[in-house]
Amino acid sequence: MTYDVVVDGKTHQLELTRGDKTWRCKIDDQEIEVDAALTARDVLSMLVGGKAYEIKRERSLQGELHMVIGSARYAVDVQDPRSLRTRRAVAGTEAGPQRLKAPMPGKIVRVMVKEKDEVKAGQSILVMEAMKMQNEMKSPKNGKVQKILTAEGSTVNAGDTLAIIE
Amino acid sequence: MFKRVLIANRGEIAVRIIRACREMDIESVAVFSDVDRKALHVRKADYAYHIGPPTASESYLNAAKILDVARRSGAEAIHPGYGFLSENARFATACADAGFKFIGPTPESMEMMGSKTRARQHMKRAGVPFVPGSEHGLDIEAAERLAEQIGYPVMLKAAAGGGGKGMRMVKSPDELRSAYENACSEAQRSFGDNEVYLEKFITNPRHVEMQIFGDEHGNVVYLGERECSVQRRHQKVMEESPSPIVDEDMRQRMGEVAVRVAKAANYHNAGTVEFLVDEQRNFYFLEMNTRLQVEHPVTELVTGLDLVHLQMHVASGEKLPFQQEDVRVRGHAIECRVYAEDPDNNFFPSPGQITRLISPSGPGIRRDSGMYEGWKVPIEYDPLLAKLIGYGETRDDTIDRLLRALYEYFVGGIKTNISLFRRILLDPDFRAGKLDTGFLDRLLARPYHEIDGQHPLMAAIGAAIFAATEPKGTFSEAGGSSPANGNSAAPSPSNWRRIARTESLRTR
Repeated sequence: MTYDVVVDGKTHQLELTRGDKTWRCKIDDQEIEVDAALTARDVLSMLVGGKAYEIKRERSLQGELHMVIGSARYAVDVQDPRSLRTRRAVAGTEAGPQRLKAPMPGKIVRVMVKEKDEVKAGQSILVMEAMKMQNEMKSPKNGKVQKILTAEGSTVNAGDTLAIIE
Repeated sequence: MFKRVLIANRGEIAVRIIRACREMDIESVAVFSDVDRKALHVRKADYAYHIGPPTASESYLNAAKILDVARRSGAEAIHPGYGFLSENARFATACADAGFKFIGPTPESMEMMGSKTRARQHMKRAGVPFVPGSEHGLDIEAAERLAEQIGYPVMLKAAAGGGGKGMRMVKSPDELRSAYENACSEAQRSFGDNEVYLEKFITNPRHVEMQIFGDEHGNVVYLGERECSVQRRHQKVMEESPSPIVDEDMRQRMGEVAVRVAKAANYHNAGTVEFLVDEQRNFYFLEMNTRLQVEHPVTELVTGLDLVHLQMHVASGEKLPFQQEDVRVRGHAIECRVYAEDPDNNFFPSPGQITRLISPSGPGIRRDSGMYEGWKVPIEYDPLLAKLIGYGETRDDTIDRLLRALYEYFVGGIKTNISLFRRILLDPDFRAGKLDTGFLDRLLARPYHEIDGQHPLMAAIGAAIFAATEPKGTFSEAGGSSPANGNSAAPSPSNWRRIARTESLRTR
């Protein structure tokens, strides 16, 4: 199996082969043998040359993936170049429209852009209030505001699409 | 001793009190709102009663409903925990009128301490040291005169205040009027009372508080101090005992003042006297909290006492089983308040389902928690999930233990502030005990890079193995956690089984 794995912005080419008891892994032209055991859902125990790693997987509501090793946390994106699903997902994340979703129930205090506005990645789109705290919701990408699906003062549920950036 | 006690609270503190009840062979009665049916305190209690919708005012703050449950359940006493009704003198009165013992001070003591200005007047008479300022609420003209007299910077505070609401720091005369108006209106909005008073602003103060305990026979003792200077927006984040700057002599002086405060209020049960400490280690009375505090475990660890047990004994009329000279502070304890909030996103609350929970334990680690794996953190209440408390012989030992425990701690599915504690504990100023209430804001204003990111390759390999062992079709579902997919990531001898499992999931 071949994957492109992006860790904190850096892409690694990775080739995984199942062995008898272990995995053979070629990563960035380095050969590594890994003894891996899933000890619980989202908790992977890996032994590499006698060194032990416990890797915990976290996924956010927006689908972002993190690997946690001890106290360190890595933002990770796994792409399987041969998989149709990944190709579709890649299209969704980079080229296609992106949905800005409400992370929790709350109220929209302010909408800071209009439809058809050009926005930069990280630019504030709207301000949401929940649990008595205000939070700026930011654009996931450079692009154009295709649609705003909420208005100032309206109440939203977790997972509701607030805006679409294309 | 009581046979049955109602706990008018939720979350970790309700669990904490239920545990004490079980240890003392007291039956516990829990109450819960619609969203708390599956909460941990309901699971741990002997009895549990539904009290209404999620909104606190219709459930945990509704005195009539709680008293009704007390009646129906046959409870003899009510423990209010902290927050909610714990400092509500009217509730304490209503308990007494309905024939239930309120586990805490009398309504009279609560009332005296409930208003900061009233407390000030009483305490002044008891010879308690104060930050220079006004004893009463004052109008803008009087505020201007007083500020001129004691010197800027000054602090405006809501008389009925707490938690930083209605507080304004004023650096110069031209800022005073607008700050005064803001403080008044915020006080009105938050507490329904626009009374505002003024005092001198202490530069780089520490927040140190003294735990006291009184019985109903006139005995009051102090149980050592807690350093609570690590705060964000006037909310405590970490507490420790003893304070790095308090020595035996200062502890005794501070303790004696705290006991004087308690005696002046005819106080019994657990209470905390808060002080501001300036750079010359002068301490000034701030306020008294008439309840068990969130951070009580650090005092328990260094004194060896169980404050909730003690509350039960004292509330049932017993005398304190020890005297001041029996109290010894030994070792060092530090508490981390684990909140459901995102430290990378301005500490925005992060409720939701806890999909994975790996909890630390081992030597010197205590965890008072209200969460469990699979539980959904509701949005309606305070986001405090758990308290992680470390104990060791010295402050350095305790810091190392906590770092180890935080390394083990993992809460998946929601964001928590666990990573923040690591950052604090590794900070050179924190390690040196150089703290003041501005410490955390300064720390957070600095850019930060976790130095421990040494394993990006392992993260990549781990992510790939997760992906390779995942049943197809579940990986890309945003937010969804994949269904349980067996326990082995070892190369499976049969792909058929994996496919069959995926297929069966698909048809369901």
